[in-house]
Amino acid sequence: MDVAIIGIGLHRFGRSPEMSGMQQGASAVRAALADAGLSWADMQFAYGGSQDAGNADALVNELGLTGLQFTNIWNGCATGGSSLHAAYSAIKSGEYDVGVVVGFDKHPRGAFNPKPADWGIDEWYGETGMMLTTQFFALKTQRYMHEHGITEESLIRVSEKAFKNGSLTPTAWRQQALSYDEIANSAMISDPLRKYMFCSPAEGGAALIICNADKAHLYSSKPLFLKTAAVRTRHYGSFEVFAPSQAMTVADASTVTASKAAFEQAGIGPEDIDVMQLQDTDSGTEIIHMAENGFCEHGEQEKLLREGATGINGSMPINTDGGCLANGEPVGASGLRQVYEICVQLRGEGGARQVPNNPKVGYTHVYGAPGLSGVNIISK
Amino acid sequence: MSNQLPIHEGLFTWPSTKPQLLGSRCVNCAETAFPAQPDCRNCGSRETNIVELGDRGTLWTWTIQTFMPKAPYHSDETAETFKPYGVGYVEMPGGVRVESRLLPSKPDELKIGMPMQLDIIPFRTNHTGDQIMTFRFSPVAEA
Repeated sequence: MDVAIIGIGLHRFGRSPEMSGMQQGASAVRAALADAGLSWADMQFAYGGSQDAGNADALVNELGLTGLQFTNIWNGCATGGSSLHAAYSAIKSGEYDVGVVVGFDKHPRGAFNPKPADWGIDEWYGETGMMLTTQFFALKTQRYMHEHGITEESLIRVSEKAFKNGSLTPTAWRQQALSYDEIANSAMISDPLRKYMFCSPAEGGAALIICNADKAHLYSSKPLFLKTAAVRTRHYGSFEVFAPSQAMTVADASTVTASKAAFEQAGIGPEDIDVMQLQDTDSGTEIIHMAENGFCEHGEQEKLLREGATGINGSMPINTDGGCLANGEPVGASGLRQVYEICVQLRGEGGARQVPNNPKVGYTHVYGAPGLSGVNIISK
Repeated sequence: MSNQLPIHEGLFTWPSTKPQLLGSRCVNCAETAFPAQPDCRNCGSRETNIVELGDRGTLWTWTIQTFMPKAPYHSDETAETFKPYGVGYVEMPGGVRVESRLLPSKPDELKIGMPMQLDIIPFRTNHTGDQIMTFRFSPVAEA
């Protein structure tokens, strides 16, 4: 049983002060339904998630009490990946023909402040100031640069590309391109990462209508196909967030195992991908994720970035809508925003940010605490 | 006189004139964890022993926390008195890399591979005037 994506919807990321997070989720669902030409009553199931904006299944209060199966999903920043995987499995099993995946959120300003107890850690870890995602990404990037000869120039180039792409994306939160020097001279937040190298917690919603591919043409003249959805958690020895200690043994990150599983299931390799979304909570992490997802060797990023390979007209376009850096991160919605953008690109509807030469296969990768990754491969 | 109480029992030997970090080692696979835990996250065994991890190590990676974290951060500082602090993972001879606050708070004072030593320091004062102690690493002083 193959799985198709027949509708995509976004409630613009950034700040919507007049709307609750849940209303932004409902807005995204309505947009996806309209895109598919379907109504809420046609939905047989829903999977959804949010960190700070309420239980996803309460969306029925806005969209209609139709009695559908609605399951809430929560997997940190990878919530969207897990929700889409659940929907993928629901169609694959043959139980359902058509349903919706939705994510939304509305975070307060400033860095996230997770509670240690929610992650199985004692209070001292948070009290002494070590439970910050910004810190972890800086620590991982610092070590990665040391091991693989990556310089600050690469960190700056990732941000430069992100904000350039954001400036070409009408739905992006940050639409102003930033120069190399503006990024290089921005305040140091957590060495080696500067202000314009981090994404910010934000608001927004994203939704996808998923259906049995055999019936996709009943609904849509432009269906896309979800070739695979893979989610993996960390192994012993991988360097992940919210860890008071790390093992001396070094194991592949959850991103590596999820990516390998996805390519194996899809029967293709990284060389077959035309456009991709890689989790860019910060510019260092995008660099690490290029290699962890198999798109280059560790250390090769410096040369690729200097050549512009990851730009819209490059050989491996990454985060064509500006990614998390330009869109911010509403946790529940972020992983689905990635899939939304890949669908836009494969449909050829990217406008000023459209990847040339008719891209046919796209890839998304989302990463969440405390160390899990979700990968999707989407094709025409 | 105020007491000096550890921020959490079992993180380090205290009181002590030569404090050591404490962890656990698996009886089955010999992997080490910090903080100590009754089960092993490598092999799933339920048999682990408390072990001393040492008081010296090597800096494996580092960063600097430049802004004051929101709660659950709980120090005596205010937004006005907050001072940036280093954070890093220190590779311990006991066989694990431990995340810790670091004394240096400037990039040019930190380098991957530098030898580090354990300090037990007062972190905040509680409502009865006791000092709450935590661990921190600082560069090994030149002999």
